[in-house]
Amino acid sequence: MRNGLFLLAALAVGAVVFFLARSVGNEYVFVAGYVVLQYLVLATAWNILGGYTGYVNFGTPAFFALGAYCTAAITKLATLPLPALMAAGGVVSGVIGLGMGYLTLRLRGVFFSIATLALAVVVKTLITNWSYVGGSKGTYIVRPMTVPLLGSYSQYLFLLMLLLAVVAVTIARSIERSRLGYGFAAIRDDETAAEASGVPTLKLKLIATTLSGALMGMAGAPYLYYGAYLNPESAFTLDYAVNSIAMPLIGGTTTWIGPVIGTALLSGVQQWASVSRIFENYPQVNVLLVGVVLVLFVVAAPNGIVGLVQAWRRKGPA
Amino acid sequence: MSVPLLAVEDVGKRFGGFVALDAINLEVARGERVGLIGPNGSGKSTLVNCLCGTLRNESGSVRFDGAQMDGLPAHERTRLGMARSFQLPRPFRSLTVAENIRIPLLYTVNAREGRHLTPAEIEERSLELLGLVGLGGKAGGEPRDLSQVEMRKLELARAMAADPKLLIADEAMAGLSHSEVDDILALLHRLNERGITIILIEHIMRAVMSFSERLVVLVAGRKIADGLPDEVIRNPEVERAYLGE
Repeated sequence: MRNGLFLLAALAVGAVVFFLARSVGNEYVFVAGYVVLQYLVLATAWNILGGYTGYVNFGTPAFFALGAYCTAAITKLATLPLPALMAAGGVVSGVIGLGMGYLTLRLRGVFFSIATLALAVVVKTLITNWSYVGGSKGTYIVRPMTVPLLGSYSQYLFLLMLLLAVVAVTIARSIERSRLGYGFAAIRDDETAAEASGVPTLKLKLIATTLSGALMGMAGAPYLYYGAYLNPESAFTLDYAVNSIAMPLIGGTTTWIGPVIGTALLSGVQQWASVSRIFENYPQVNVLLVGVVLVLFVVAAPNGIVGLVQAWRRKGPA
Repeated sequence: MSVPLLAVEDVGKRFGGFVALDAINLEVARGERVGLIGPNGSGKSTLVNCLCGTLRNESGSVRFDGAQMDGLPAHERTRLGMARSFQLPRPFRSLTVAENIRIPLLYTVNAREGRHLTPAEIEERSLELLGLVGLGGKAGGEPRDLSQVEMRKLELARAMAADPKLLIADEAMAGLSHSEVDDILALLHRLNERGITIILIEHIMRAVMSFSERLVVLVAGRKIADGLPDEVIRNPEVERAYLGE
């Protein structure tokens, strides 16, 4: 399928999702759905670097929060429409992604991962001590109750995140079948052999960190408007790092569909758990749940659900 | 004498206190078939890595096809026409056999000036190359389904896909049977007839002696002999290195 055709199909799926959500007639669907879509963008963005090139990034919270705080900083000066704020968040996180890549991509494997973890700590410390955006107290806005045409503001946020998810998944898929995607796969499999085959590995890795960071920043940009309140604790939570790794791993990291499946399953279960309030008194159970599922997959199905399906197909139906 | 294709001048490489290469000088003419031999640990692979940009040499310089190579990353050297196969096969394991060949076609051949291959031509060319090394039937398979011999053939096919001027075959025949060695030798001869310069690094003396027009011997990071194969192996210093005093 050509990329344009895929984009149209993805938009159609997005439209169906949106009208299904509207047909439920309960605003909470948009509030919960926003979180699922936000994770879909984060998981897809993580996978462009982590799944396609094999560089495991623990710094998702940094890129997400930079997007969120970019919005906070701009909003202190002027009121801009959300799409513009998302673009700004994407630029800031993309530039940080490029810089981080340039400084750290000479490190391989686990050393790169440790450096990204350090980035998250450094950015959090800086933000916590930056009083202009509220420091450790956090910052808040009074968000509009309604928007023209759609009605509720939650629907507007949901729609924006839905569009971003469509764009992110389309980008991920178009990379997969492209020259860039083959270069990424070569890097993932063997960087020395990739160089010997003419692949400019550093340049390609920088493209991946920039693109991945930018999408994460865009996902974070509306966060202040979603919660109406933003502080370092909520913007830099461990959940983003863990979920954005777990979702692609559970789904399968080598294809665009992997993060989609993983997000639908994991984020779906998380939302169900919080709605059904079974872990009401133990909010950390959410992260525990993810951890246990992740360990199970890493041990039993390292190529995720997509890998299981592929293996089953290769062997043929028993 | 015309300008050599490859000119290595005083190249030195250390790993900590260990001198892996000690001021190596070497020239290879266009179209030549050069054998490079030496005991294990004598620096053959290190020299290849310095030529190809996988390692950086600390001293000396490498010139290839009229251009200075020092400081150039490996992928640019490949694009300029220097291709290698690895001693231990390093296939792209998550790609199919045909896709392994596609990488250098996309990133080396199509990165050069001039006409670029279309997707259909890339497909055709990768199958042609696989056919040439006898892997035509395995194109859709994965590297893990290949035997050791087939892996080595894939290494060679991937290096050839880069359409090189110089092919460095680093122990492409280790562990192969008599007839398989002959297969690879015939293949290398065919490439050489098309004008590709070849450096063959090999322990199998029968293969090196029949293939090489010139033989270079490294021992403990130093070049101790360079000349006609028959003369080089009678060189007392070479005998001493291989057989002891």
